[in-house]
Amino acid sequence: MGNTNKKYIIGVIDTEAGKMPKVSTTLSVADKWGTFKVRWSFNRMDYRVTPGIYAVGNPNRDSLVFVSANYKLSFDVLRQSLKGMDAYIMVLDTHGINVWCAAGKGTFGTSEVVNRIGFVELKKLVNHRNIILPQLGAPGVSAHEVKRLSGFSVIYGPVRAVDIKSFINAGMKASKKMRQVRFSIYDRLLLVPMEIMSGLKYILWGAFITVLLSGFSKTGYSTNTAVIVGAHSAIILILAYLTGTVFGPLLLPWLPGRSFAFKGGILGFVLFAILYFTGFMGKDLIEVIAWGLLIPGINSFILMNFTGASTYTSLSGVRKEMRFAVPLQAISAFIGIVLYVVSRFR
Amino acid sequence: MKEKYLKNVVTLEFYLDKCTGCGMCETVCPHSVFKIEKGKAHITERDLCMECGACAGNCPAKAIKVRAGVGCAGAIIVGALTGSEPTCGGSDDSKKSCCG
Repeated sequence: MGNTNKKYIIGVIDTEAGKMPKVSTTLSVADKWGTFKVRWSFNRMDYRVTPGIYAVGNPNRDSLVFVSANYKLSFDVLRQSLKGMDAYIMVLDTHGINVWCAAGKGTFGTSEVVNRIGFVELKKLVNHRNIILPQLGAPGVSAHEVKRLSGFSVIYGPVRAVDIKSFINAGMKASKKMRQVRFSIYDRLLLVPMEIMSGLKYILWGAFITVLLSGFSKTGYSTNTAVIVGAHSAIILILAYLTGTVFGPLLLPWLPGRSFAFKGGILGFVLFAILYFTGFMGKDLIEVIAWGLLIPGINSFILMNFTGASTYTSLSGVRKEMRFAVPLQAISAFIGIVLYVVSRFR
Repeated sequence: MKEKYLKNVVTLEFYLDKCTGCGMCETVCPHSVFKIEKGKAHITERDLCMECGACAGNCPAKAIKVRAGVGCAGAIIVGALTGSEPTCGGSDDSKKSCCG
């Protein structure tokens, strides 16, 4: 299983609960390269840290205990934020999923916290009975249940690990800002590579099939037509895909409407208008109408799926917009494809 | 800019009479939906709720109810196709996940 490269472990310390690996609080070139690859969806599901307890600095029986997921990105931001401190990191087994998603699934949850406290013999390790959890772990955890079952009080730290020191300096108090998730343009930019990679396979297949089938016309099959007409259509398809995956996330707050599917439809329509008025789309009315259905449909679908990556959509809300959007997307895709084929055979 | 999603859709329910004013809901909510005033919690802006369920699960007085789930179209599609509840990452350890 991946992540055999454990350069972040820089030693071993002896404790009353046995030997414990000590971790570095700076990210190595290998760590940063790993993060970059994960952002681009390489090995993303295999980027794990072994669950258990780790030392930061030289912790003693009074040191703080921070809880994290066994997704390496979660672990990396935490250990980086603890630079200069003496503390423990207790890593839960979240199946390699980040804190917030794992909390939503329940793998970052009450029973895993309670069991892990037992496995690592936390009671032998520290005198106090407090553990600090990331606030975004709260959807999976009941603090009062953890207390009842393990004796440990859960303190919810800030949303972002970088705020941990301010949180501690303020006497374990987080400001309102530290308690809120954001979805800044930078946060969204970080998601763009993953968005591009997510459906790339499908869009490239779609483009390839379009090129192949474009060779058919009333006069039979022509490789020449396939290359010239097909490549043109394939470029439009890929442009539509890139617009949705790059500009969709980046322009999200400025796209009109609240529904993501609607925002995507508008974005697609803008691209359609640009391609039409620049003359790139050609003048065949039926083909133009086909693209007028296909491009907004594709973009609507892409942005609808971006709800999962966003930080503020609710299940009820997404269900509601899907009830309208999915049938519309399906109809526009179907009619769009039919019209496109018709335009080829005229 | 505070992003706002659809109006009047969330399933969040709050029972003021059960509230003990402990403040856990205010602490765990990632969108500051709850605020403690005069010893009791109050909902500030309901439409900001994303139904993550943190408040309900951490309310020792059981004063909050919400049908928690993920606001993720991909998960809803997978859930509909497999006949299961929509969750992040689909079934356990599935390689098809939108969250890493």
